[in-house]
Amino acid sequence: MGISDDLKVKGRIFDIQQFSTHDGPGIRTIVFLKGCLLRCRWCCNPESQEYKIQTMVKNGRTETIGKDVTVEEVFETIQRDRIFYRRSGGGLTLSGGETLCQADFALALLRVCKEHGINTAIETTLCVPFDMIEPLIPYIDTFLVDIKHMNSSKHEEFTTMKNELILQNARKVAALAKRFVVRVPVIPGFNDTAEEIRDIAQFAKSLDGVKELNLLPYHRLGYDKYVGLGREYKMGDVPSPSKEKMFELKSVAEESGLKVIIGG
Amino acid sequence: MKKYTVETPEKTARIDLLKQALFDARPQIESDRAVLLTQSYMETEGEPMVIRRAKAFKNICENLPVTIRDNELIVGSSTVASKSCQIFPEFSFDWVEKEFDTLATRSADPFYISEETKKTLSQVFKYWKGKTTSELATSYMSAETITAIEHNIFTPGNYFYNGVGHVCVHYDKVLALGYNGIIAEAEKELEKINVGDADYVTKSAFLEATIMSCRAAITYANRYAKLALDMAEKESDDKRKKELLRIALNCSKVPANPAENFYEACQSFWFVQLLLQTESNGHSISPGRFDQYMYPYYEMDKKSPDFDKTFAQELIDCLWIKFNDISKVRDDASAQGFAGYGTFQNLIAGGQTIDGEDATNDLSFMTIAATMHVLLPQPSFSVRVWNKTPHEFLVKAAELTRTGVGLPAYYNDEVIIPSLVSRGLTMQDARDYNIIGCVEPQKSGKTWGWHDAAFFNMCRPLELVFSSGIDNGKQISVKTKKVEDMTSFEEFYDAYKQHMDYMIGLMVNSNNAIDVAHAERCPLPFLASMIDDCIKRGKTPEQGGAVYNFSGPQGFGIANMADSLYAIRKLVFEEKKFTLSELKEALANNYGKADYSELVAKVVKELQNSGVTVGEKEIEAITKEIVEKGNSSRYAEIREMILDVAKFGNDIEDIDALARDVAYTYTKPLEKYKNPRGGMFQAGLYPVSANVPLGAQTGATPDGRYAYTPVADGVSPSAGRDVHGPTASANSVSKLDHGIASNGTLFNMKFHPSALEGTSGIESFIALIRGYFDQKGSHVQFNVVSRETLRDAQAHPEKYQGLVVRVAGYSALFTTLSKSLQDDIINRTEQGMF
Repeated sequence: MGISDDLKVKGRIFDIQQFSTHDGPGIRTIVFLKGCLLRCRWCCNPESQEYKIQTMVKNGRTETIGKDVTVEEVFETIQRDRIFYRRSGGGLTLSGGETLCQADFALALLRVCKEHGINTAIETTLCVPFDMIEPLIPYIDTFLVDIKHMNSSKHEEFTTMKNELILQNARKVAALAKRFVVRVPVIPGFNDTAEEIRDIAQFAKSLDGVKELNLLPYHRLGYDKYVGLGREYKMGDVPSPSKEKMFELKSVAEESGLKVIIGG
Repeated sequence: MKKYTVETPEKTARIDLLKQALFDARPQIESDRAVLLTQSYMETEGEPMVIRRAKAFKNICENLPVTIRDNELIVGSSTVASKSCQIFPEFSFDWVEKEFDTLATRSADPFYISEETKKTLSQVFKYWKGKTTSELATSYMSAETITAIEHNIFTPGNYFYNGVGHVCVHYDKVLALGYNGIIAEAEKELEKINVGDADYVTKSAFLEATIMSCRAAITYANRYAKLALDMAEKESDDKRKKELLRIALNCSKVPANPAENFYEACQSFWFVQLLLQTESNGHSISPGRFDQYMYPYYEMDKKSPDFDKTFAQELIDCLWIKFNDISKVRDDASAQGFAGYGTFQNLIAGGQTIDGEDATNDLSFMTIAATMHVLLPQPSFSVRVWNKTPHEFLVKAAELTRTGVGLPAYYNDEVIIPSLVSRGLTMQDARDYNIIGCVEPQKSGKTWGWHDAAFFNMCRPLELVFSSGIDNGKQISVKTKKVEDMTSFEEFYDAYKQHMDYMIGLMVNSNNAIDVAHAERCPLPFLASMIDDCIKRGKTPEQGGAVYNFSGPQGFGIANMADSLYAIRKLVFEEKKFTLSELKEALANNYGKADYSELVAKVVKELQNSGVTVGEKEIEAITKEIVEKGNSSRYAEIREMILDVAKFGNDIEDIDALARDVAYTYTKPLEKYKNPRGGMFQAGLYPVSANVPLGAQTGATPDGRYAYTPVADGVSPSAGRDVHGPTASANSVSKLDHGIASNGTLFNMKFHPSALEGTSGIESFIALIRGYFDQKGSHVQFNVVSRETLRDAQAHPEKYQGLVVRVAGYSALFTTLSKSLQDDIINRTEQGMF
């Protein structure tokens, strides 16, 4: 398939955010794909979860969430910041939702970006069959992979899905990826103990070629969106982990020998 | 080999003490200069003006009180009290007298003034009636020009009421030759000319005046030497005694003679800087490339075995404190336009040498460190950026930005140098540019740039399109076709251009009238001694003595104009959502936004106009009509439609192209005009902080902006209208033609501190600047404070006396700004990153 075919591939996104500096190297444009297989309680983008187009009330105005677009349309926005990517080593980051739910669209977009010399990254939890992921690997410069918990039943309790497939894929992808960063959302009451973080860090360390781990502190910025969608916010008023707590968990994770950063 | 080390010495305890003393000081007005000046003028009636100016300067230098403040290493203050100012009645005085009783209590830049000072000044002012530059300028202006000024189309207020300033002199020459050397040069010139030469009379008078002025400067320094000696004698603390003796030694040597070490160079520099601001009250006396011309003296010290870098840093830090000790009082309206006691002493580091090599040196880093140490608004600190700027230099600059002090401003050599060459500078001179005041580039020591010549409000001619040139019932501009009869966007846009052309012509007339008034009434022979080729030509800069002559009035409101024209093109002509006459009505009714006080004012006005007897019935009838009109949902609907169309600042090609073209309606016609000094007009695109007060004189605009609210600042998008982040905003702004605006453009971005956190924050920030500059943006500056911080500072000013924000081309203490300007800063889009 050539680049002109790639440009016509359609996908469903709900946002494009320019000048993001926390998801991959440099200045990046994040394309948020709609639809996810997990339903994490703390999810800060609840409007990303359903594949179907929805409405959400934002600042008193009802907004339509989700839009069908071609790769060409999305690329038009991505390429606007090429000068800034060049200066910062940045580029495109695919996020979601779960990017891999729209693997064809993701593949086409990644291929077009590589064709134009744009650095690529993907945020994913790798919860789809490996053969869906494999074709994308050569076109991705950085994998940012969520590993949320090592205990499968607890994983299921908080995200609605078991973790076996995720962990298996992580092992396979890590061995093939150019750069693979493990990201752990630190969620109070779910995985914020030293043991839980240590387990994840040990696992990350055991992956082929993995050197970095990011700890992402839970935040409440998604709260208004739940209200806007008419949904219950299951985290209640649990506060974000304190700075001290994050530093404590950072040193725990560092015992594995990985380079650990708080934030992305 | 690298010419610099990145590491700089720590701040010393002295700097904190000096800084605290500044905070403890209350700005006040002193009358000594006005008295001494007037005294001299009264004695010299009938003599050549340039001689009178020199004699007055001499009288001031001989008698102005001299003061050495506690802990100072660099001395020289024009006022007894810190942060205070003298009065300059030769430029204008009416407003001082009119505002005597409100100076201390006004919202922008209050100054304390004692009853005694008021009395003294009132006495002095009697002499000046009919003798000021301001009065002469007015008499030179055409009637149409005065009308246009009265109707707030533009304001030439800066030089209309004050000295010109806006210059960077040959500091290097004073450092290398001393004033004795410059006097020798002038004497030689005097010997060369013959009494029978056509220009002998003016040239000899000028040279005598310049020599007298340089001698006066030496006298002034000697008075400091004597004061320091006297103080040393009485000083019981040994350490301070030694310091005072050293000060005495320095002041007896410089600026009369060449400086021979870094300390002497710093002291010599300061006398130049101070006396320029004593001869005239023109602001933006800009030190320019301090890191370049001071370097030879630093290098001399560096080679010595007992070189103490910490002391060198301390001297720079002391100078930075001194920059903040000078203040300037302006009339209330101008104070709002230049809020924050700004003196705009722009000092720039980095860039390239005249031969096109990278110029970064130790002092470049030490000037960043000094700004970091004092964290005060002056000097207006800038850095030059070009393709070979070392990354580590930008890292240090970015770390300074991160403090939230609003400094430095970043300038792009890759745009400014070719732009200056296009204006007739030699390549070497262009490479040696520095920045004056806010954002205006010039070559130091050779230019009389008149950089801040006027504010031109580009939204006002748009209002004139809707009224066919009538404002407040008076035909003040060309009579263009009624909008009701216009059938195409081109027709509308063309009418706008007609009003622009007409008003630009009048603005030029106002500038040239003021220009001539300064040449006739306030030539500056002291300043002239440090500008090429004044001595050779025998003229002061005002009279055409400088090598490069420009006039640079600035236009603003580009974003409002682009958004307005785009909305009209799209909604009126393409989609036909409403007609021009509907829009006209919506604008006249401020989109239906009626508040109670406006309503009352309207009722009163209607009643006055109609001449009816005021009765309950009449009031009810009129109020009802207004309320019905005001509440018409149609107006609000029109505004909603306007808000929904694309806006400048979001990297949208269509509208950005229109913005580029709109800017040309100001920059291109202006290029045709010449000033009386033989130089050309060149446009700037920046408003200082005048977008707030001048916005308050502007009705509703077709971009959805309500009447009397601020217009957009500089070339930045309208506040809150750029919603796609800093890269989109930078992409849009870079699509303007920055090169043609050779008097400078101003792009303001505001960052949440989190945006610059950690190494990655700094790196992204630098990439943002580099990316904007790759696209030929000319200037960018940043406010790094959170909205919450600013709100809290508004509520509790006492907690934030040191909070510095970037206002426009300069930084100011946030708590000293007026409430409306504070609100404007808070409302500028905050570019956070999450």
